[in-house]
Amino acid sequence: MLVSLFVGCYNDLIFPNTGKAVVKVMERLGHTVEFRSAQTCCGQMHYNTGYIRESQPLLRRFVETLRGAEAICAPSSSCVAMVRDHYPKLAREMDDAKLVEEVDQLVPRVYEFAEFLVKKLGVEDVGAYYPHRVTYHPACHSLRGLKLGDIPYRLLQRVRSLQLIDLPEKEECCGFGGTFSVKNADTSQAMLADKVRTILDTGAELCVATDNSCLMHIFGALHRGRTGVRTAHIAEVLASTEGEPFA
Amino acid sequence: MSVRIGKAAEAPPFQEAARHALEDSQLRHNMRHATHVIRNKRNNIVGELPDWEELRSAASAIKAHLMRYLDLYLEQFEGNVIKAGGQVHWANDADEARQIIRSLVEQHASKEVIKVKTMTSEEIELNPELAAHGITPYETDLAELIIQLGEDFSSHFVVPALHINHLQIRQIFKRKMPLEKMGIPDLGEKPPELAEAARRYLREKFLRVKAGVSGANFAVAETGSLVVVESEGNGRMCLTLPDVLISVVGIEKVVPTFQDLEVFFNMLARSATGERMSPYVSVWTAVNANDGPKEFHVVLLDNGRTRVLADEEGRQALHCIRCAACLNACPVYGRTGGHAYGAVYPGPIGAILMPQLQAMEYSQSLPYASSLCGACYEACPAKINIPEVLIHLRSKLVQEKQSHLGGKLSKENLGMKLMSRVFQSEGRLRRAHKLARFGQGPFMDDGVVSSMPGLSAWTRGRDLPAIPKQSFREWWRERVKKR
Repeated sequence: MLVSLFVGCYNDLIFPNTGKAVVKVMERLGHTVEFRSAQTCCGQMHYNTGYIRESQPLLRRFVETLRGAEAICAPSSSCVAMVRDHYPKLAREMDDAKLVEEVDQLVPRVYEFAEFLVKKLGVEDVGAYYPHRVTYHPACHSLRGLKLGDIPYRLLQRVRSLQLIDLPEKEECCGFGGTFSVKNADTSQAMLADKVRTILDTGAELCVATDNSCLMHIFGALHRGRTGVRTAHIAEVLASTEGEPFA
Repeated sequence: MSVRIGKAAEAPPFQEAARHALEDSQLRHNMRHATHVIRNKRNNIVGELPDWEELRSAASAIKAHLMRYLDLYLEQFEGNVIKAGGQVHWANDADEARQIIRSLVEQHASKEVIKVKTMTSEEIELNPELAAHGITPYETDLAELIIQLGEDFSSHFVVPALHINHLQIRQIFKRKMPLEKMGIPDLGEKPPELAEAARRYLREKFLRVKAGVSGANFAVAETGSLVVVESEGNGRMCLTLPDVLISVVGIEKVVPTFQDLEVFFNMLARSATGERMSPYVSVWTAVNANDGPKEFHVVLLDNGRTRVLADEEGRQALHCIRCAACLNACPVYGRTGGHAYGAVYPGPIGAILMPQLQAMEYSQSLPYASSLCGACYEACPAKINIPEVLIHLRSKLVQEKQSHLGGKLSKENLGMKLMSRVFQSEGRLRRAHKLARFGQGPFMDDGVVSSMPGLSAWTRGRDLPAIPKQSFREWWRERVKKR
């Protein structure tokens, strides 16, 4: 299958290893990856902060860039939630019947990475090896937006030598929420402090999620607190093998 | 017209009030404990129903239908109340509602009023109005009584005193109740002892006071009946013992038929308190010659609701049945408590209701008081898409900001405009990447940025991962070239 990668603006700049890991996993599974470099950003930050007008050209660009793609895979549950939950409505507000039609055709072909593996490709064992203690934080958009359910767990459970430790109170938001993290920094940090405490309680060496934006937030406190616990996108663990381990 | 509702008018922005609230460790402890207890009970009892999602859809459909034909159902309700011997008053705003209720109490020459817990009476600030005219209101819901005696404000719809614990309640009772006279010279701290004190304090008032004020959970158009759902039975006494009963009800509380109550009765107690059914569900239709109040008045309150109704996206806020499941589920509310919202209606639903009921200028910070985590939407029995309405209200605030020069020149607006421009061109994006990487240079230390001008809101408590040497798109380009 030709998999079109939508990497996401913040992954592109700050977390390029996540994109590389997606490419590695897909190719290992025998698929071809394309990256259409005209892609930029899904517009979620603008949209969620109320800058609807400013998000509209980004929707248009997304549609134009990925036109005709067979399957689109994005290693970011929040970008996929933006596309799935908001694009149909946003397109309708733009008064362009053709765009609405294109969005309606495109949206069902956009998948979050873990969801793509399990639901679209029907794979749970991606041949990964990672001999460490790992806990999984269900990002809000993956949990309540995309309703990924046990999909990420099924993938992680098949990673050889990986010890998966359940995260207490896992369904609680980490407090990131995009601009919420700076507009309401104190409340955001209070939420983050509780998330960090539960992560430390697991004794895990690594916290993974389907979204680097939450992980960036969690990393921020784990690092500031000198905890030694690291964060990584689930794709990076799934890309790890004995020959080429994720370090 | 610039409408203000209640104490929200003087409230500081959410983020300021929240900062203050977060420093209160007793509050943090009380909030965490209470919201987790109710949330767990709710999750267990909702889990019993295999058709919960269907019930949510039914509730949502009933409410959506109702909003479409609200005028017709209100008139039907009015007709049926009058037919059953009650009187109906229409109040455009809080001021009208207060005057109607006060003059009704005065007509009965009553100097006291017993009250069933009612959010609408808090919304219209009834108690201060009554007190100013020499009428003493007694709150009879235990939690409302605690709030009233403690000269505090409610912080939750269902459990108004959620933010304080039993030790704090004991102190309030010791300070404010004539405990010696009540035969309790030495008040203990156990919940049953506190409840007994409240019981003795209130019983005497139930038997003496001739006027009662209530709200209602539902008003049935088909029969003209009102419904009050409560846990203590104190409400039942307020509804049945006085000579005159006045119910103040928001116009959105109407349901078309008695049958519709089936859906809401199945959901309300489960969502609110984690019980299958509330201990007391009182349904009454105006007056009955042989029992209960001799005179019944219902005050139908608009107070901004028709304005909310006019906004097709925002109007789902009126679907709320005040179960407070969204409050208990909300990670923000669960840490700051209700007072930080500076609003009669706090929590996620308050954050979409207040900015619509009153002029936006008095609650500008509320649409942003959410991380959009979606826990409220998931918990809402009426399926109100709170995150969607929050974004809608944010967009209204942004439009307002962009309508004047100061707002256009604000850092946020300029930043958002610039980012949108950057994302509209691959070339601009590449250049922006280079600039960002270069810009972080002086602030980078050991792979992170720990402080940087303009980013202090983030870096005060959190590090930022440094931008790596190569972006994904640069790596991809290199890879393609190599092949």
